[in-house]
Amino acid sequence: MKFFKAFGLLALLILVILFSSGLLLLVLALAFPQAFASGELTPVVISLIVAVTVVGWNLLAGENGSIKGVGLLILLAFAAAFPLLFPNGEVTSIAFFTLMFAAMVTGWNLLAGYSGYLSLGHVVYFGLGAYALALICEHWNVPAGYGIFLLVPVAGLIAAVIAIPAGWVALRVRRHAFIIVTIAMFFIGQLLAENLTNVTNGTTGLDLPFPLAWGGDFFNTPFYYAILLLLLLAIALSWWVRHSKYGLGLLAIRDDEDRARGLGVKTEISKLTAYVLAALIIGMAGAIWSYFIGAVYPMSAFDPTFDVTIALMGFLGGIGTISGPIVGALLLEPLRQTLAANAPDWYLVIYGGLLLLVLLLLPRGILPTLQERWQKYRALRQSERPSDDIVISSLPEQGKPANIT
Amino acid sequence: MGPVLEGIILGVLTGGVYALMSSGLTLVFGVMNIINVGQGALVILGAYLSFVLEQRLHIDLFPGLLITMPVMFLFGWLISFVFRPIKRDLMMLSVLITFGIALIIEGALNLIFSANIVSLQGWYVTASIPLPGFSPTFYLSYIYVFGFLLAVVLLTGLYILVYRTDFGRSLRASMENRTAAELVGINVERVSSITFGIGVALAAAGGMAFGATNGFDANSAYDLISRLLAIIVFGGMGSLSGALIASVGMLVIEDVVAQVWQQNWATTVFFILLVVIMVLRPQGLLGQKEGRQQ
Repeated sequence: MKFFKAFGLLALLILVILFSSGLLLLVLALAFPQAFASGELTPVVISLIVAVTVVGWNLLAGENGSIKGVGLLILLAFAAAFPLLFPNGEVTSIAFFTLMFAAMVTGWNLLAGYSGYLSLGHVVYFGLGAYALALICEHWNVPAGYGIFLLVPVAGLIAAVIAIPAGWVALRVRRHAFIIVTIAMFFIGQLLAENLTNVTNGTTGLDLPFPLAWGGDFFNTPFYYAILLLLLLAIALSWWVRHSKYGLGLLAIRDDEDRARGLGVKTEISKLTAYVLAALIIGMAGAIWSYFIGAVYPMSAFDPTFDVTIALMGFLGGIGTISGPIVGALLLEPLRQTLAANAPDWYLVIYGGLLLLVLLLLPRGILPTLQERWQKYRALRQSERPSDDIVISSLPEQGKPANIT
Repeated sequence: MGPVLEGIILGVLTGGVYALMSSGLTLVFGVMNIINVGQGALVILGAYLSFVLEQRLHIDLFPGLLITMPVMFLFGWLISFVFRPIKRDLMMLSVLITFGIALIIEGALNLIFSANIVSLQGWYVTASIPLPGFSPTFYLSYIYVFGFLLAVVLLTGLYILVYRTDFGRSLRASMENRTAAELVGINVERVSSITFGIGVALAAAGGMAFGATNGFDANSAYDLISRLLAIIVFGGMGSLSGALIASVGMLVIEDVVAQVWQQNWATTVFFILLVVIMVLRPQGLLGQKEGRQQ
């Protein structure tokens, strides 16, 4: 019986997703016939379909872990096959950036989503990771090739080690001042990269080895898989934190820090760990990015807009969730890149307007808002059946915290 | 001694202008619990308004403020309505919403004025007075003095408004305890909107003085907002006098470092100092100690 129920749900899922993606394609094709035919919209369409799938899957699967697992496997298979399905260099480049942001937002979410400490300066570790890899390659004369990817964790660790004292300082203050101290730290990083000319070469920047062997459309593929691996690592970390006692402590800090401390959560070390883990993921993303771009400059490795982009993606998808950051990155990054490439004049206005609209309509993020509505709808439907007890059915399962999906 | 004194004079004069921009930011934070990261873009918008008045209608910068400040007040008053429906996570969301507003402003300014660096013109920008007692003669442009005087006048007005009027009393009550202020009959939403308007109007005045002393384009907002945020944390968030002291303090430190060491280390030194102060005194110079709030 349980098997059939799960099977029916799966069939329903696939039907809903096929239907909604078909509808989406139709709407886009009708609204922008020219751009649609020329293939400029391909990344946006693909990412929209994937995002809708992830959201729909999460809603319908609810608390059913095995169906969620199946969904993750399908998504993974699609992501792994992506460069084969769409070998076009422009498309895989956008895919690389989308996955990069998905990984960074997932890492950032460990701190901002779970402990509630919104950092607007974690991109400083992106820059540190990028510079660390560039400096390692320069000083050890590392040849271009796959070997450099093995140095990415080293660069990430360097960023994480720097994050320990920096995080200790930043976490001495609470919420709002924390936001601004992180911004200040970000600018310290940028200014140091600019001013320590004998190490960082100042505004001239540093070059990384260029892998000549990877020509043409294949060039993006190794980077794509490297960033995909990082994303998987970030998701695994996020899943572990979400399902561990440590993560429960973080959530307690988010809800009421003083009370959490009173109940025996080691607040200082918990917050610092989350801060450093986020720095580790973001630092590795920066390292892969620097190898992909081929050169690092203070202004590009320490880009203030990245900070806000990460926060926006997190909020759009829903912070404190596992798939929310990925949905946010899928929705925003391809759209941003397509807009910047096709409507450079209007890009900022349109992008800012869209953000404002989404933030005002769905202030808690897409996933939590829809999940809440879906649960309400289900509870309402079940309450119409005489046999079910509405009070019991609308409560969350035992042992699982409410409202934090 | 010469360069240090030069740095201090310049720092105090430009610090006054930064106080104009940051006082609005810190007031808005105090009353509405909003971190307005769009303040930098609003400053630049104010500068561009003065630019248009001066270029097209040939209205001098200072009388032009009589037009730009009310216009910007209205603009800020309108923006404040965006935050009314938000009940949860207001502080975090406000950062993103105001950033969205800043992006729209930046995009619109880029569309209209393109990305050329411009600066405001007037006789007092080019004319300067030699200060006595400096061995390579130190010429101080009149605009620095005028900008500082403008800041003194406007900030005195703000002081009277906040500490000597009924509106000021309800403003301070809303800052201290929003709920209690509502309970005693203060229309906190109205106070919030007016405060936001005042903050934006002051930003416009600051923008005029900024635009006359620096070249600017729409991108200058990023540089400005990082300094302004640092200033209000430094002074203690929500504290008006803290913002004033921190503005002058920051600019003096920056200008002295720029004079005796190097221009490009000036801002770095300030940010590092900020972090040191946060370690020693997490609530900032004059801020309230944080803890449980009910």
